[in-house]
Amino acid sequence: MQNTDILIIGGGVVGCALARELSRYTAAVDVLERGWDLAEGASKANSGIVHAGYDAVPGSLKAKYNVEGANLYPSLCAQLGVPYRQCGALVVGFSEEDRTVLQELLERGIANGVPGLRIIERDEALSLEPNLNPEVCCALLVPTSGIVSPYELTFALADDAALNGVSFHFGAEVKSVARNADGSFLVKTDREEWTCSVLVNCAGSSSAELHNQLCPEKKKIIHRRGQYYLLDRPARLPFERTIFQCPSSMGKGVLVSPTVHGNVLLGPSAEDIADPLDTETTQTGLDFVLDRVRLTWPGVSVRTNITNFSGIRAHEEGGDFIIGAVPGCPGAYETVGIESPGLSSAPAIGRALSRIIANDRSLARKERTVPFPVPAIPFREMTPAQREQALKENPLYGNIICRCEVVTEAEIVAAAHRPVPARSIDAVKRRTRAGMGRCQGGFCSPRVAAILSRETGIPLLEITKNGGDSYLLTGTLTEKAERRKHS
Amino acid sequence: MNREHVDILIIGAGPAGLAAAIAAREDGIESLLVLEREASPGGILRQCIHNGFGLHRFKEELTGPEYAQRDIDRALELGIPIECGTTVLSVSPDRVVTCVSQARGLRFIEAGAVILAMGCRERPRGALCTPGTRCAGIYSAGTAQRFVNLEGFMPGQKVVILGSGDIGLIMARRMTLQGAKVLACVEIMPFSSGLNRNIVQCLNDYDIPLYLSHTVTNISGRERLESVTVAAVDEHRRPIPGTEMVFECDTLLLSVGLIPENELSEGAGVRISPATSGAVVTDTFETSVPGIFACGNVLHVHDLVDFVSDESFRAGHAAAAFIRSSAAPSAWIDVMDGNGVRGTVPQKIQTNPAQPVQIMFRPSAVFRNASAVISCGKKELLRRKAMIFTPGEMVACTLKPEAFEGLDGSEPIRVAIEEKPQEQR
Repeated sequence: MQNTDILIIGGGVVGCALARELSRYTAAVDVLERGWDLAEGASKANSGIVHAGYDAVPGSLKAKYNVEGANLYPSLCAQLGVPYRQCGALVVGFSEEDRTVLQELLERGIANGVPGLRIIERDEALSLEPNLNPEVCCALLVPTSGIVSPYELTFALADDAALNGVSFHFGAEVKSVARNADGSFLVKTDREEWTCSVLVNCAGSSSAELHNQLCPEKKKIIHRRGQYYLLDRPARLPFERTIFQCPSSMGKGVLVSPTVHGNVLLGPSAEDIADPLDTETTQTGLDFVLDRVRLTWPGVSVRTNITNFSGIRAHEEGGDFIIGAVPGCPGAYETVGIESPGLSSAPAIGRALSRIIANDRSLARKERTVPFPVPAIPFREMTPAQREQALKENPLYGNIICRCEVVTEAEIVAAAHRPVPARSIDAVKRRTRAGMGRCQGGFCSPRVAAILSRETGIPLLEITKNGGDSYLLTGTLTEKAERRKHS
Repeated sequence: MNREHVDILIIGAGPAGLAAAIAAREDGIESLLVLEREASPGGILRQCIHNGFGLHRFKEELTGPEYAQRDIDRALELGIPIECGTTVLSVSPDRVVTCVSQARGLRFIEAGAVILAMGCRERPRGALCTPGTRCAGIYSAGTAQRFVNLEGFMPGQKVVILGSGDIGLIMARRMTLQGAKVLACVEIMPFSSGLNRNIVQCLNDYDIPLYLSHTVTNISGRERLESVTVAAVDEHRRPIPGTEMVFECDTLLLSVGLIPENELSEGAGVRISPATSGAVVTDTFETSVPGIFACGNVLHVHDLVDFVSDESFRAGHAAAAFIRSSAAPSAWIDVMDGNGVRGTVPQKIQTNPAQPVQIMFRPSAVFRNASAVISCGKKELLRRKAMIFTPGEMVACTLKPEAFEGLDGSEPIRVAIEEKPQEQR
């Protein structure tokens, strides 16, 4: 039996943002995560857009937290060393009906307090983005739209929380929640039992299930899968901004966007599925994305495709975020239905919910917090002088492990020793970009596995791609090559 | 920042880089440096422990490491410096090479000539856009080969191989010999892209079925690979519904093509051919950037290392000549791919070459009882008959300097195959 004050269920971007905020108070905070790393659900597989806030209905929680969250992004990302760029966006229209939709978005945006919105005509749109379909007739220009690396943000939020005392527990899927006689909660996972006085549901795709265990007023999440193409870094980006098509009831439509790392992202599709863990891609879904992208970008080619992936949005039937105390269940709090603009909203959700909890529980702020270390500049982004300095301090910067993304041994070693450390090939990949490039780890994955094994003491045979049973190797040549045993 | 200077800098100590370095040193170039990112020289040959190398060059059958060692020994005998553990970060158009190593940190080296010999990499799954899950157990054949042959680990036990490239075929045999079960080799084209001898010795000898005109249409398994779906494809390479077969397996090896690794070349402003994915070069292997040469698999993907070495010796001699003389040829003849031909190298030939010129290309389909024809306008420079031309086997034709007499560059040289393509089943 383990005991804590506040137990957060879910190590996605919302859970980690909340954990970081709560780490500033005098309370023991623990995070349970079903996956084997942070950001394993929707947080790692989305469009990576920090929406300006023109899309949500004025007065909704989506509108409130989106705008508040987007305002927090520039300083938060600078402080945590997370790649973020305000690249702007265009929502493009191809007909007079589309113009009506854009006009509506403009009015919503103004009502939500989004600055700088303006409807532009065809010529201006094409001069801003020459690769746009010339049949475009008008567009909503959104100067404050941004892009971010969603999983890197989650890692940094968690690292900051961990530095300030929060503990993270992986492979910890919650099986049941009950109330003890003293009013505390009893939470059971596969392997452990926890008691806590405050329980916070940040469980993403499983948030409705957890809600329904705590509250008679039922909620339902629809699992909406979105599939993507991620293209290699081109010499010149085809689009400077994120290009949206007009939104529909299924979401914000298929976009074309640069990523913060200079790749090009195409997607998502939108299909409702039964299993929230079913993140496979399908030929139908990928074909749909490509077909829709051609409307924005007639010259699209996926010849330089690096990978396809899909993510599952947690769409709650009511259509808005559900954030706050669980009705009729003192001590329980929740964030349910955090779909787009969830990433944009996460910093504001974390801040607002932490204040509610601190106020309800009369938590005192800590007198001192551990400052977040000055983020290391990735070797690939260093100037020659910075590289020379880095090499002087740590010669492992001289050993290039990932040739596509220019990631050094020093950076992989650092990933294995972060406050929430990397323990798998994918965990290293998302923290360092080793294996994110055009060869998809063909060159570096054996090298990363060896470094990870050396740094963590995990035997090479036990190193996984992404935790669980995702082992890389099945045996050695000298032993009878039975399938390896797992712990 | 301090700059060093060398006459010739060679990037890569695989078979191409070693041969180029040996040739340049034998021509009397004293100031020479080879940079290699691995801990030891030899390139991909280090993990190619099977035999079959050197039949053309040494008239004997060697393993990959044995073949490499001959060049390494010769390079050491000649006192050629090879700096391992050193990664080149960039090459500038004026031939300043920036490199980094754990031992010596960041360095800037000015070179009189640069020889690009970085080799190639394997196409990954993403390039195919194969749908399914992103589980563990999917490797490029070369990565699996490294695990088995250099590190002593088995990447899996029940294996399907997608693509019939040579490394995939070699790994089918290798995995079988180590006790794994190779269920199938699946090739989307109606013919194999690998050497015929590898089909016979690596698949047929072990009763591993080769499914031509088939591909993998789905990948399943949440954590480790559990199965792949294989389907027949039509003449447009689209899966045919109803032909699906499911193979339960824990490993999928990809042998779906090699891509010359030209990121450094592109950074230097070297023009890249869409047909070869390598540099556009002259008959002396000079790229579009003066003083930057390219040879081996970074220039175009070869079938046999013997041909890589041969080409790279010539590139090394050419770079040495460049260092010695400033006289550049004044007139050029363009070389174009004609019917049935893709990726002819070189793409430019001087009007009066001093040395014999080797023209290399790949057939774009299978041709039987056909002829390779090299012509310029109405003048036929060479005609060579063959029982079969296939994309899996590169064709090399050598033209003597006399063949170019009377050509002034006003018309291109065209390389073509005369005959209609036939399907091989």
